[in-house]
Amino acid sequence: MSQSILPNSSNSLAPNPALAEMTTGENELANFVQETLALTQRLFIQLQRRPSTLMAGVIQPLMWLILFGALFYKAPQGLFGFDVNYGQFLAPGIIVFTAFSGALNAGLPVMFDREFGFLNRLLVAPLTTRYSIVAASTLYIIALAFIQTGVIVGASALLGAGLPGIGGLIAIATIVFLIVLGVTALSLGLAFALPGHIELIAVIFVTNLPLLFASTALAPLSFMANWLKWVASFNPLTYAIEPIRYLYFNSDWGLNSVVMTAPWGEMNFAVVLTVLVLFDGVVLALIQPLLRRRFA
Amino acid sequence: MAAAVVIEHLKKKYGATEAVKDISFHVEKGEIFGLLGPNGAGKSTTIRCLCTLAKPDEGKIEVCGVSVRDRPKEARKYFGYVAQEVALDKMLTGRELLKLQAALYHLPSALARQRIEQLLNLLGLQDYGDQKTGTYSGGLRRRLDLASGLLHQPQLLVLDEPTVGLDIESRFVMWDFLRQLREAGTTVLITSHYLEEIDALADRLAIIDRGLVLAEGSPSQLKDQVGGDRVTLRIREFTPPQEAQQAKQQLQTLPFVEEVIINEAQGHSLNLVVQRDCNPLTQIEQNLQSIGLPTFSLAQSRPSLDDVYLAATGRTLMDAELAAAGTRDIKKEQKQAMKS
Ligand SMILES: Nc1ncnc2c1ncn2[C@@H]1O[C@H](COP(=O)(O)OP(=O)(O)OP(=O)(O)O)[C@@H](O)[C@H]1O
Ligand SMILES: [Mg+2]
Repeated sequence: MSQSILPNSSNSLAPNPALAEMTTGENELANFVQETLALTQRLFIQLQRRPSTLMAGVIQPLMWLILFGALFYKAPQGLFGFDVNYGQFLAPGIIVFTAFSGALNAGLPVMFDREFGFLNRLLVAPLTTRYSIVAASTLYIIALAFIQTGVIVGASALLGAGLPGIGGLIAIATIVFLIVLGVTALSLGLAFALPGHIELIAVIFVTNLPLLFASTALAPLSFMANWLKWVASFNPLTYAIEPIRYLYFNSDWGLNSVVMTAPWGEMNFAVVLTVLVLFDGVVLALIQPLLRRRFA
Repeated sequence: MAAAVVIEHLKKKYGATEAVKDISFHVEKGEIFGLLGPNGAGKSTTIRCLCTLAKPDEGKIEVCGVSVRDRPKEARKYFGYVAQEVALDKMLTGRELLKLQAALYHLPSALARQRIEQLLNLLGLQDYGDQKTGTYSGGLRRRLDLASGLLHQPQLLVLDEPTVGLDIESRFVMWDFLRQLREAGTTVLITSHYLEEIDALADRLAIIDRGLVLAEGSPSQLKDQVGGDRVTLRIREFTPPQEAQQAKQQLQTLPFVEEVIINEAQGHSLNLVVQRDCNPLTQIEQNLQSIGLPTFSLAQSRPSLDDVYLAATGRTLMDAELAAAGTRDIKKEQKQAMKS
């Protein structure tokens, strides 16, 4: 089979209809993997040749950690929980917020590809599904988020916040994955829907910090005005931050440990994870028509 | 055997602009087909609908017998597309870009490597394959884009104004390459607003203007349809208008002369349409002598595509270009393009 499709080297300009047949159908999954990996590789080549984004993405959370830690250094002992200093309290917030910011920006390269015409290259190609564009960006952003998370976890440990066990670290990775997946998909959906990068940057700008302040990244629910407590209890970031914080403070944890107390009641690990999975599912379903709109 | 391209009654609006009003044409397998038209004629819009980048409002479009509107994913395998604006990733090398492209078309990696080397060689890019595309000149960028359109050995190659902005030399190289492609059996659909380009390359062409097809056929068919030979006459290098008028009146009386037009832009030279296969030049010269006018230059030619164009649209291609030049709002179009 593979012999017959090799091009006749004496005439490499001739069409080869057999090739179109061969690359058709049977192996949709292999094709999906192939196109996704190639698109992911492109993003990593860009990163490797232009590493400043990653540098900034690592340095910024470290500065947050150090500056905020110092800002609340003399906060009354026990304010953030029994035997916990603010640095320890803050680390999970910074982990999630950093991953979230990176994911929120995921749409920007796609938007530039659109404006520049590069996206047309992908759109005229017989991709098995345009979700491979989403998948590639997600893989890339997740890899970046894991690097950033690793650095923050390491730095926090050095600053005295302690280190969750192996199971805890795996749980953290899972949570970071879930929040990044949803937010990346959202950002990519916007990159297909909004008219240009100016608009996308505007949306990123107005959502980024408010979502941080309306979450439990910087302060616990119990500190908040009642209305904000409600808002924060609907914020997906809170559902990522609270379980990670629990992992930091409690070495024995399980799916039924209560990790969050919303105004309507307590929620355990399993519930919080389910909420994150639902969040991802809803976002992926929502962006489907946006991907399709461009003549799927 | 299905035609390479079938477009029937294609319509496409952008807001209130009817970019394509009613366009139909067929491209047969193995030919070079040219879409000729001035700026804003609707060439790119037609191509974008064909290549699944824009959604047509109405009409039938098929590539190699596959309906583009019903089975876009399948149709995409059959053509390669070289866009009007070359969009490369400037951080990637030429080879890396082709490798990405090959994966998007699901070529097995051994075959991809082989095709990439073949095409780099064929297009004279071997020395540039490992340089970032950001460092490429305009001509190199075009060639790499062409290579990327051919990686999957498509039956049909669609090129939207592939020689715009190229120097004469590179343009000839491109023409030569497209002819080789046709010899090898690949169908080529090319748009252009250069008459000479379509005249030199195309087996058949369609002239389109303001979203409509005005004529379709082979260059010689179309030229035959517009009738007689063309004669260009200059009485002096710069002829005074009254002498031109005088000559016009005199020459109109000749039985084989069908039409005389004074071309003010060319120093009041005279353009005549004369019957085919007569030998008019000596008679014209003698006639002028008889009323005391000299002859600076006199030449006869078969009708050109420009004459075809003039007959079809009532204006020359150059006039149409000038008229279109002022009317396009590129900013607005980009906005609109991002919406659709
Ligand atoms: N995305 C768009 N939004 C709004 N109007 C558009 C858009 N694309 C094209 N048009 C309009 O449709 C008409 C046809 O444009 P098109 O780009 O198809 O012409 P063309 O023949 O390719 O011209 P050119 O030689 O300049 O490339 C023009 O009047 C143009 O202004
Ligand atoms: Mg165009």
